[in-house]
Amino acid sequence: MSTQLLTYLFVGASFALYIGIAVWSRAGSTKDFYVAGGGVHPVVNGMATAADWMSAASFISMAGIISFMGRDGSVYLLGWTGGYVLLALLMAPYLRKFGRFTVPDFIGERYYSKTARMVAVVCLIFVSFTYVAGQMRGVGIVFSRFLEVDVETGVIIGMAVVFMYAVLGGMKGITYTQVAQYCVLIFAYMVPAIFISIMITGNPIPQLGFGSEVADGSGLSVLQKLDSVLTDLGFSAYTQGSKSTIDVFAITAALMFGTAGLPHVLVRFFTVPKVSDARKSAGYALAFIAILYTTAPAVASFARLNLVDTVHNTSYEQAPQWFSNWESTGLVEWQDKNNDGVMQYSAGAANEVKIDRDIMVLANPEIANLPGWVIALVAAGGVAAALSTAAGLLLVISSSISHDLLKQTLMPSITEKQELLFARMAAAVAVCIAGLFGIYPPAFVAQVVAFAFGLAAASLFPAIVLGIFSKRINKQGAIAGMLLGLIFTFVYILYFKFISPELNSAENWLLGISPEGIGFIGMLLNIAAAFAVSRFTAPPPVEVQNLVDDIRIPSGAAVAHSH
Amino acid sequence: MSEQPQHHSVENPSPQDHNDQKTLTTQNAADYWHSNLRLLAKLLTVWFVVSFGCGILLVDWLDQFTFFGFKLGFWFAQQGAIYVFVALIFIYAWRIQTIERQFGVDDDEGSL
Repeated sequence: MSTQLLTYLFVGASFALYIGIAVWSRAGSTKDFYVAGGGVHPVVNGMATAADWMSAASFISMAGIISFMGRDGSVYLLGWTGGYVLLALLMAPYLRKFGRFTVPDFIGERYYSKTARMVAVVCLIFVSFTYVAGQMRGVGIVFSRFLEVDVETGVIIGMAVVFMYAVLGGMKGITYTQVAQYCVLIFAYMVPAIFISIMITGNPIPQLGFGSEVADGSGLSVLQKLDSVLTDLGFSAYTQGSKSTIDVFAITAALMFGTAGLPHVLVRFFTVPKVSDARKSAGYALAFIAILYTTAPAVASFARLNLVDTVHNTSYEQAPQWFSNWESTGLVEWQDKNNDGVMQYSAGAANEVKIDRDIMVLANPEIANLPGWVIALVAAGGVAAALSTAAGLLLVISSSISHDLLKQTLMPSITEKQELLFARMAAAVAVCIAGLFGIYPPAFVAQVVAFAFGLAAASLFPAIVLGIFSKRINKQGAIAGMLLGLIFTFVYILYFKFISPELNSAENWLLGISPEGIGFIGMLLNIAAAFAVSRFTAPPPVEVQNLVDDIRIPSGAAVAHSH
Repeated sequence: MSEQPQHHSVENPSPQDHNDQKTLTTQNAADYWHSNLRLLAKLLTVWFVVSFGCGILLVDWLDQFTFFGFKLGFWFAQQGAIYVFVALIFIYAWRIQTIERQFGVDDDEGSL
């Protein structure tokens, strides 16, 4: 069977599975729609959280980015996993005890303020849409390369599938499809990684393989060989960093605190039955995530090595098949600068080969000459990763509109049935907007990813953690902190990414911190402002202090939950 | 910067505690919270040391050692810290449950 046919088969079968699950798990109440009825087993929730979290960026782009950044790529590995420790230790159990539906619910009640709730809603919508745009783009790339349909058609098919299960099933449908999507995506990630690890080092475990010797008799380990090959070509060594330590520190911190403040991840912990389940669930989630995240750096190093081996000093006529496959998408380019008909890959001006880092994972099975079904599997995995994250994001957008904006603020008199209808309508509108982003990708998508994490770190994370761990932080303090963190981070990123991109270099940055890492400083400012303003204004009312006492104690959650 | 917002003042439990749990006294709740904070401080110290410490601040110094074929600092940054993160969450889930039972504030209501 041809690879093309296999790809249609795999992607089609996975879509049928997702839609089947969606029909089986339709939501009947707002509670089903927002938090899957609140009865999700911690392991199931952990798996769903992992799929929710691992987006097109994790599946498609991350290993490629690390592949070209070497040790500096650690910021993503540490940043996108370390946040789960903060989630499990400082947030998830308390939010579960609080036991409502959304993140703005918590901020609104803890800070006894509709303004605080609205600030949280604005942060949430901004962060989530930024993120969703990237997912739809990922779906488009996979479709255009593997199914050879237009990006538009690809995005519309993807939208239709998400529409089915997000609008019909709400959180309940999303949870069970995400479990299926996790299985598809992790299998699709691991199979080629294991194959390639065996081919290069003879070791079937990629995590150990990239520390082992290359099976070519040279006696060098993968990383040693990579270091020497790359320095010969004029690149910096793979295991050396080129970013400043303070910038690496700040970016890692912004990604970690941002992860812990992302609404679509936080809301997953509202779905488990008990407080203790919320903690365990975060542990399972990170364990499931770690399988991919510890494999990614291995894939990154194998891919870079393979790339140099197969491309450098190869004559263009003998270029491998994958090279021409990807040339047609424009993501791989060769320009014969010295007119010798041979491809030279190196650092600096003499380089003739341009490889888009987003293709490293998708092209990896082809580069390593793996069988057609592995390539088909990777296509299905990429789509699963993008769709599962898109669905999770669409859900938090729709619930913040139907629940926080309409039910809690503008139209408190609507019935539960009406609220559910509004939630479905909001999800439908959000799917369409996300689809438009996918078809007409705004040129700034890559630049705004820094926004999502920076803003979550600078606004939502401190407001939630301070709300649990301090009883003294009051309405004024929280609002001042969120606004200061938000505006500072927003302006800094806006200035260096959009207004004066030509100044975006280390000597102009505040303390040498890039826009990607500035959310960390925004977070510190938020915390400082929250304490300072709270000190000079009245403490929170007694009911709110009692609420804080109550969420700190695990017992009683099941009781609060049952009505 | 402290990772854990420890700055909160020792709360004076409000006199009219509405909590109607029979076994739960205000004193137990306060003691439980202090044990929890101590545990959090220990675990977050480990969290900081393996990621920001070994993976970023000390990475070049640690790279002089070799571990399973990796430079040690590089290994922490791309592998080791992630394994420790997973372990930290499960250790917390297990330790805090023991503490909860000790103070009678656990959520094992009837079912196990």
